[in-house]
Amino acid sequence: MRFAVNHRCGGIGGARVGALFAGNSPIPVETPALLLSTMKGLPAFLSRDLVANLPFPGPHPLHISPIDFLHGPTPSIISSIGGLHEMLALQNCVFVASARDSIESLPESVAANKLGASFETPGGRRLVKPSDYMEIISSLKPDFWASLADEVPAWVSEKRNKASVDRTVRWLDDCIALDKTGGSNIFGAIVGGASVDERKRCATEVAKKNVRGFYIGGFGLGESMEERPSLLNTVVDSLPEEKPRQISGLALPEEVLQGVAAGIDLFDSTYIYHLTLGGLALVFPLDILEGQIFNTQLHNFGDVTKINLRATVYRKDTSPLVDNCSCYTCQNHTRAYINHLLNVHEMLAQILLEIHNTHHYLGFFRSIREAIKTDKFDLFCKKFIEGRRAHLTSSQPCYDVHESPFLSIQTN
Amino acid sequence: MSVVSLVCLSHMGRLLRFAWGMQIYLGMPRSGSIKGLTNNQLEEIGCQIILGNTYHLALHPGAELIDDIGGLHKFMNWKRALLTDSGGFQMVSLLQLADITEEGVTFQSPADGKPMLLTPEESIRIQNKIGADIIMALDDVVKTTITGPRIEEAMYRTLRWIDRCIAAHKRPEVQNLFGIVQGGLDPTLSYAIGGLAGGEDKDSFWRVVAQCTAALPEDKPRYVMGVGYPLDIVVCSALGADMYDSVYPTRTARFGTALVPEGVLKLTHMAMASDVRPIDSTCICMVCKNYTRAYIHCLVTKNAMGSQLLSYHNLSYMMRLSQDLHTSIIVGRFPEFVQGFLRAQFPKGDVPAWVCNAMEVAGIDISSCCAPFQSPLA
Ligand SMILES: [Zn+2]
Ligand SMILES: [Zn+2]
Repeated sequence: MRFAVNHRCGGIGGARVGALFAGNSPIPVETPALLLSTMKGLPAFLSRDLVANLPFPGPHPLHISPIDFLHGPTPSIISSIGGLHEMLALQNCVFVASARDSIESLPESVAANKLGASFETPGGRRLVKPSDYMEIISSLKPDFWASLADEVPAWVSEKRNKASVDRTVRWLDDCIALDKTGGSNIFGAIVGGASVDERKRCATEVAKKNVRGFYIGGFGLGESMEERPSLLNTVVDSLPEEKPRQISGLALPEEVLQGVAAGIDLFDSTYIYHLTLGGLALVFPLDILEGQIFNTQLHNFGDVTKINLRATVYRKDTSPLVDNCSCYTCQNHTRAYINHLLNVHEMLAQILLEIHNTHHYLGFFRSIREAIKTDKFDLFCKKFIEGRRAHLTSSQPCYDVHESPFLSIQTN
Repeated sequence: MSVVSLVCLSHMGRLLRFAWGMQIYLGMPRSGSIKGLTNNQLEEIGCQIILGNTYHLALHPGAELIDDIGGLHKFMNWKRALLTDSGGFQMVSLLQLADITEEGVTFQSPADGKPMLLTPEESIRIQNKIGADIIMALDDVVKTTITGPRIEEAMYRTLRWIDRCIAAHKRPEVQNLFGIVQGGLDPTLSYAIGGLAGGEDKDSFWRVVAQCTAALPEDKPRYVMGVGYPLDIVVCSALGADMYDSVYPTRTARFGTALVPEGVLKLTHMAMASDVRPIDSTCICMVCKNYTRAYIHCLVTKNAMGSQLLSYHNLSYMMRLSQDLHTSIIVGRFPEFVQGFLRAQFPKGDVPAWVCNAMEVAGIDISSCCAPFQSPLA
């Protein structure tokens, strides 16, 4: 794995574009990049032929959680197949592994102890020790991977938060020691909850280690939108400029913009999964710097970024999800058809929505990169947030609380 | 045998372009899509024609809406052929309180419980609005377990209804009407053999098909409705049927079962967890080219992707079976095909008696496949 920062945005903040070379592809992953969230290596509804048809040249970085593989196949079977790339027949994709995936593998700090981290999985709660974790990692052979972290929510005690930092730093040493390549593709995990001091302590410690990049954990776990920038900046200020930074738990458009502003390079796409399950399609404008504006006429209870295809207003709507969108779904199907598929509970609805939403969100990331390259990222953020806010103030405040990044998100 | 389909399908509008006389296997959407496959994927695996259920489509999204949008082809953006059934079968099988009179089928509306009447004219009116390439006449369905005068009544009523359907059909130049055979025959139509999906025993099943195909004209396609087990398709083809449909390949995929030349492969089985072979090493589908049984084992029953991949393989298998059947007929090697198929499915020679009986009537010698198992002499 090789990473280079190509441009830092002028103005405030640490937004940057970079190129990440990994795996078999001679073409780099351009950052800030969206890692496509998967379940056992495939996006929830996209088989490999559909992944291959996603837009934009270059390797598609996919995120996997080693925790997903606790329920099989076993590490020895994965090894005999030849690792993740072979098992999924996605030899040219870049696989990135970290334990938390915000879909099926959620940190459960209550049950973690000094021996290992704990995760809530569909198969029940699992305690994962560094040795378990590394056994799976060494069979999967992802292109790069994060060390095991003890991620805690913002409301834990100071003592518990300190313990999570101590453990996470110790487990990083364990992971490097257990890795056959000596940690040549490891991203050091950084935690510290909602404490600026602990964030700084953890980042400083991890930055001293021989790691290829950084995984920033413990976000999206109850900290407020307002306190997040100072926490992010504290972490990033303690990290060397030349190494890539991955984050987990910042997924909504505004959260991504916050992360990019702080200098984060890699994000997860759990947002797309949740939208798709909800029957929602992203429709916000991607060329806001060129004057494209938010459509405030959407019949969607005060949200101008997405539409709910279950709504009866789309029954006879023969337009595509987004005019001029080049994705398979928009090129071939109408809102009316997707509305119908949702009504009769056909899985094709989720497949078509996931194709469009993935396409659209990849487009959002491309717009972000363009804005940084032309030193207009501040303006991009301002226009995006104003586009939404202008609408929020002009309509009934009945938008979905769980979808609003302006409120703190409680994950119980 | 079914070389006949090669000739007759060329008379049929849209089918001319796409189906060019293959043994047609209809995919089975519940109401306008196949479980978990995109149109591109369906074309990729060779699907020529798919079936929409009139009853379900009339409920969601409604025939008027489909008509407003420009027909089912346009609504689901499917460029190949489409077929709709009459809607009658679902009413009788899904709704307990259906009552059949000379006028039509009376049933309780699932929307508000009020009595509704489906007449032959209404069935055709709805199917004209949906706009499939092939439409079905409404038939008087009787349970196959019923015997006596009711059977005869159904036969004559179905014939009278076919006349009403023909009279009501507004778009004969673009939509082909299939008559349904319920014991009776009419020389003017293509045919669908109905009433066979209801759990009758296999021996009476093949005899009905044999009777119908023997009496039907050679130059019209014969569609055996709701039949979709691979073995049934091979037997019916030997007896002269041309078209089939079934939910079996996608339904069984949802329970983790793959169709293979040897029969079925249960991917949920623990032995699959460490099996690094493809589902079927002779299959060239996207799934078999790329994934191991071990990987699919960990997806099935847990992730949507499991049934998505298995549906893809199972439909590919059915398409390949129907293509192989067709090719073997064209090149004059159909008996060899049947023998090979049966040997793979019944390696011990335990071919069911009903298959042996049917093949005898079809004039195909399968003695080499169903000879009693020879135990090696000590
Ligand atoms: Zn689109
Ligand atoms: Zn296959």
